[in-house]
Amino acid sequence: MTNNTVISVRNLVKKFGSFTANDNLDFEVYQGEIFGFLGANGAGKTTALRILSGLSEPTLGEITVAGYDARKQPEQIKKNIGYMCQKFSLYGDLTVKENIMLYGGIYGMKKKLIRERTGSLLKRLRFEEYGDRLIADLPLGLKQKLAFLVAVLHEPKIVFLDEPTGGVDPVTRRQFWEMIYETAAGGITVFVTTHYMDEAEYCDRVSIMSEGKIVALDTPAELKKQYQVKTVEEVFIKIARPGKKPG
Amino acid sequence: MKRFLGFVKKEFLHIFRDVRTMIILFGIPAVQILLFGFVVSTDLKNARVAFLDLSGDEMTQKISDKICSSGFFRRGENLLNSNDIDRVLRGNKIKAVIVYEKDFGRKLISEGRAAVSIIADGSEPNMATLTTNYLTAIIADFNRELAGRSAAKTLLVQPEVRMFYNPSLKGQFMFVPGVITLIMILICALMTSITITREKEFGTMEVLLVSPLKPLQIILGKVLPYFLLSFVDVIMILLLSWFVFGLPIKGSLLLLLAESMLYIFMSLSLGILISTAAKNMQQAIFISLVGMLLPAVLLSGFIFPIENMPKIYGWVSAVLPPRYFITIIKNIMIKGTGFLYVWKETLILMIFTLVFIGLSMKNFKIRLQ
Repeated sequence: MTNNTVISVRNLVKKFGSFTANDNLDFEVYQGEIFGFLGANGAGKTTALRILSGLSEPTLGEITVAGYDARKQPEQIKKNIGYMCQKFSLYGDLTVKENIMLYGGIYGMKKKLIRERTGSLLKRLRFEEYGDRLIADLPLGLKQKLAFLVAVLHEPKIVFLDEPTGGVDPVTRRQFWEMIYETAAGGITVFVTTHYMDEAEYCDRVSIMSEGKIVALDTPAELKKQYQVKTVEEVFIKIARPGKKPG
Repeated sequence: MKRFLGFVKKEFLHIFRDVRTMIILFGIPAVQILLFGFVVSTDLKNARVAFLDLSGDEMTQKISDKICSSGFFRRGENLLNSNDIDRVLRGNKIKAVIVYEKDFGRKLISEGRAAVSIIADGSEPNMATLTTNYLTAIIADFNRELAGRSAAKTLLVQPEVRMFYNPSLKGQFMFVPGVITLIMILICALMTSITITREKEFGTMEVLLVSPLKPLQIILGKVLPYFLLSFVDVIMILLLSWFVFGLPIKGSLLLLLAESMLYIFMSLSLGILISTAAKNMQQAIFISLVGMLLPAVLLSGFIFPIENMPKIYGWVSAVLPPRYFITIIKNIMIKGTGFLYVWKETLILMIFTLVFIGLSMKNFKIRLQ
């Protein structure tokens, strides 16, 4: 792993009225790393994700994403990131190829390049003959994998995955993570939020949020050692249980 | 720009692939025009009348023939006694019964007056009024002929009525502008609010917002196809009403199209406003239909004249954009007036548009925070 910083967050504060959603976040994410972003519901993950992806402005703090200032250059950031959200994000009434063409076009890719990458993308999924099928006719697992590949089609510096494997069967989840590994190995940084603690084990580093603060940040192995438990799940339960002061 | 065009193309694909959307866009306008034009016609044509002729002379025969040859009425049954009147009216086929008194012809010649009764079916008030008016007019006409032949000395004031702008009082003249007005608000406000809330509901809006597309491009890209297709609709309705009903456009076609564009633009901004307020498609549909379409039908002056409404409804009507467009389109199409006569309404529509856009932008920003 190289130590090129692609996301740098210093003293990030986000307030909604008197409610503090993100309280003084401080962390860095390095190029090519799989960074797990954990936390119970309402811990402030989504808020932070929206700020990092240029959707929302921070109240305070210095945030750099892919080399651009999140406050001043959100448009530049948007060009250099990919995004896939929890809800399924391809259009059911368009075919596989049309969806790819649409998102490629939105990210300003040339038609020829989109076509080339569509070919290799479909091959990667062993899905060549189904390029003209409507998305609505595909099984959910396949749709999720497709959505992920579409999110990295323009080869962004960072891809944000917001609970990408919700509602997907274990086999597909496994395959999905293999794709994440390949992507990270290709140099694309993966920033992923998840509820599945076994997935947290696959990450290079994880951060755990509770009540707007980051209460732990390290490699899964280091965290387990520190809290003297066997799994990240136990670490999570120990420190992120709502109402309990972080240890 | 390329990004934007790809996005617009996608929106067209959504529209063309969805049968329901296509029906709403092109089926409903055509059906509405034909329905309103033919079925809800307020003209009288071949209404059946029955006769109870207690006299049975040459005079009553002449009057009956005149009624039946007018083109408005058709000869129904010949009744034998007054008990039958109720029976035939209940049968629903007969719209009115003409009753001549006994010795009608003789009385008319010897006494100079004779009685004829017109009995109409009051359960359909409009039809009854129309029927009795036409019958009275035909009988009055017969009176004049009779008086003319006998060179009557009495001077009569004879009103001669002429209907300006719509001489034959064709119902379509009233319905076509109304249908255009309603269809446009239906398509533009309803469909755009649905298509935008659908992206929100399916989570694709989030992905679009994170993409390099600017929010304004997203909204414009979603709305542009509907703008173009609505405009095609206006032209289709005008052509239909011209070919099928012979409805001319008396004023400037260019002005009419320009005003239609303004109205479409206004309706689209209303649709965007609804979509920023609605959380999901159901809400959007509810707001558009109940909040917009119903009042537009009832209070815009399309069916019921605003002047006859209780004052409070008149005020409600004043904040309904369709009302102004109906005035504009009627003026241009039927009266053939120019811009000078509709500039006030045009200005009001522009203000509506600006208010809707302003409010949407405010709503949108709040949501993005």
